[in-house]
Amino acid sequence: MAARIHGGAATALSTFNPKKLVAPSRTNLPAARSSKRCIVAGGGSDASKKSLSVRHSQKLIANAAVATKAETSATTGTGHELLLFEALQEGLEEEMDRDPHVCVMGEDVGHYGGSYKVTKGLADKFGDLRVLDTPICENAFTGMGIGAAMTGLRPVIEGMNMGFLLLAFNQISNNCGMLHYTSGGQFTIPVVIRGPGGVGRQLGAEHSQRLESYFQSIPGIQMVACSTPYNAKGLMKAAIRSENPVILFEHVLLYNLKEKIPDEEYICNLEEAEMVRPGEHITILTYSRMRYHVMQAAKTLVNKGYDPEVIDIRSLKPFDLYTIGNSVKKTHRVLIVEECMRTGGIGASLTAAINENFHDYLDAPVMCLSSQDVPTPYAGTLEEWTVVQPAQIVTAVEQLCQ
Amino acid sequence: MAMLFARSRNLVSSLRQNLGLSAILIKRNHSSPRPVFTNYQLSSRVFLDPSTSFRHESTAVETQPDLVQQSDHEDDAQELDFPGGKVGYTSEMKFIPESSSRRIPCYRVLNEHGKIISDRDFIPVSEKLAVRMYEQMATLQVMDHIFYEAQRQGRISFYLTSVGEEAINIASAAALSPEDVVLPQYREPGVLLWRGFTLEEFANQCFGNKADYGKGRQMPIHYGSNQHNYFTVSSPIATQLPQAAGVGYALKMEKKNACAVTFIGDGGTSEGDFHAGLNFAAVMEAPVVFICRNNGWAISTHISEQFRSDGIVVKGQAYGIRSIRVDGNDALAVYNAVRSAREMAVKEQRPILIEAMTYRVGHHSTSDDSTKYREADEIQYWKMSRNPVNRFKKWVEDNGWWSEEDESKLRSSTRKQLLQAIQAAEKWEKQPLTELFNDVYDVKTKNLEEQEVGLKALVEKQPQDYPTGFHI
Repeated sequence: MAARIHGGAATALSTFNPKKLVAPSRTNLPAARSSKRCIVAGGGSDASKKSLSVRHSQKLIANAAVATKAETSATTGTGHELLLFEALQEGLEEEMDRDPHVCVMGEDVGHYGGSYKVTKGLADKFGDLRVLDTPICENAFTGMGIGAAMTGLRPVIEGMNMGFLLLAFNQISNNCGMLHYTSGGQFTIPVVIRGPGGVGRQLGAEHSQRLESYFQSIPGIQMVACSTPYNAKGLMKAAIRSENPVILFEHVLLYNLKEKIPDEEYICNLEEAEMVRPGEHITILTYSRMRYHVMQAAKTLVNKGYDPEVIDIRSLKPFDLYTIGNSVKKTHRVLIVEECMRTGGIGASLTAAINENFHDYLDAPVMCLSSQDVPTPYAGTLEEWTVVQPAQIVTAVEQLCQ
Repeated sequence: MAMLFARSRNLVSSLRQNLGLSAILIKRNHSSPRPVFTNYQLSSRVFLDPSTSFRHESTAVETQPDLVQQSDHEDDAQELDFPGGKVGYTSEMKFIPESSSRRIPCYRVLNEHGKIISDRDFIPVSEKLAVRMYEQMATLQVMDHIFYEAQRQGRISFYLTSVGEEAINIASAAALSPEDVVLPQYREPGVLLWRGFTLEEFANQCFGNKADYGKGRQMPIHYGSNQHNYFTVSSPIATQLPQAAGVGYALKMEKKNACAVTFIGDGGTSEGDFHAGLNFAAVMEAPVVFICRNNGWAISTHISEQFRSDGIVVKGQAYGIRSIRVDGNDALAVYNAVRSAREMAVKEQRPILIEAMTYRVGHHSTSDDSTKYREADEIQYWKMSRNPVNRFKKWVEDNGWWSEEDESKLRSSTRKQLLQAIQAAEKWEKQPLTELFNDVYDVKTKNLEEQEVGLKALVEKQPQDYPTGFHI
């Protein structure tokens, strides 16, 4: 069964491997960061060519979805508009329809519909056993999900807030990541662990954590971060279909982003980065909410005459060094913008990886903008200073491009 | 919306009539809040199937001695409404005592001399089954002895014996069906032995050679076999308990005629996962049998330093779980209890807790010398006078099913087989370097591929720096 590729990619056909899942990669130019709308722009064929050629070196996704014609323009008329949490729900619902082994567990996911309404309506449709409300014990329901996965189910475990998953660290690290390996491959653990994280609006330190920095070392797990309704749905579906344990990081402030997504079924590649805005002068690597800060800074930069290339790395473990590398080889300058703390964050690992692999291509040291090594304060002004703002990004680019 | 409620109310009332829901509460002498499903939940598709979610009256439930003394002045007619149900009230301020005046008795079938105490609550065991059980208990003894010696000789790096707990190991396994999923702690190799794991397979895992199903990735005694429905042993204590709730949940969802069975020691019940696993299994109404091997010691920590309750059996009721205390050194009692527990778990879709009282005769592991913290006399007493294997042997012999000749034949042939297995396992080559990077994910990621290439190059360049027998 050959999946059809979207149009405008004649050269891409030569690299197309019918066994690979086609994830139409799109260029997204959000109109404005502050507004909650996300309009899909035209289908930059250069960008799609670049992304398609990545695929031959990437991993296979177990169940190839039928990905038909992708959107090359928002004006084709097909597609429907929805918010990011609805996109997650749609992806989840489609997978639950498709495979009766997929189930959901977490606190308040059942009739309440989830704290962020990602599981809204699912309990009505699939029953209270398949969309399971659990008592409050993160280690327990994560462990439960692992046991269920080893017995053949495909649980989607929701942490009400990523920070609470620290309580599940034992199960995630010692069992989720390890049991496939230590059992000699006899048991697989196809779980998806997901939940909102990141700095919200004055939620206090315990509810503003960036767990991706703590989890990134655990061998055996994959980590992805969604940032748009399109990739949220695609990554959710891909994560559920993956045989490996996947942690899907959502962001508290992105749930109400609106975008038009295709009506047809599609899946995003778990290990692939997303080209947000191709450019020539500098590579800006980011993910999750910081993507929008970067894009806002990009507008200012364009006005000032710069041409930044913005990549949403999406795959936090493993890094898509192919896409990143190609970009670095082109621009020779790298700026990483992240929400993690300076010490031991995703940016720190990415900096090391880039320096190690692409040192010869760099004209300037890799710069990384991250949050300070402080717990996130409650006061609004203080909180704002702890998150990287567009103005800082503009200054950093100007500095790097001197 | 109104339609939905009307429909579900009818369903609930018709269910009540058909199944006598109101009459099936387990007899208790004190009132307790009933965690009833909401009408909404009862009308959901999965719950309409009686076999998945409804409780039936069980036949063999012993009423437990009360923790609360009934007050004569209590007025049952007057009740208070709280979330969770109606609660009677009393003007007498009374604290529930921290412990009952009488400890929960333990169920036993055979006395110390191998004679059946009472025929009453006892499922008879056939000659074939009894002989097989005895043979396996003796095999487990020999296996433990030989592997322990092998570790002392430096042939394997680590070992952990089950000496003193052979009855729990074998009798529980004998009472289960092969489809029941077992999540062990680490002192239950007998369950795997019963299910058909060969001595050679045990040896291969201990030596971590190429034939090991775990591919040399875990310490010795961390056996695992998906074919035998025995989850790979994971070192952290009690992590298997919430996982068992998950397995029970999966079996419930798929409506399988099987349950999850998981083991834990007395020390492990202090872990948060014990609370979590039991609570979840109870709330989910998952078919899980929790077997706690209370052997008195958690490395050097005696149970008096581990908890202040009357053992573990009393904790079951705190979670709404039916529980029993059993003489863990009595193979027939363990067999009976586990068999009944399994029936209840599967038929009634509920968790059961079994506390098997026993004694850890051996050291915690080969890294431990228990004479440092307990009397040698104590160990000797349990090893000789309270030996579960000897006790069962007496019963089997009394029935004329076993003789001294059978005994010496079994022990010598098992010993020979084990020594051969060890010799073979020792010689078998180890895993190649590729197995370092496989199975981290289903398909190797780029960074792992790079790391593998890098390591291969390093080894090829300087083979003298790597141990002999290390191959790519």
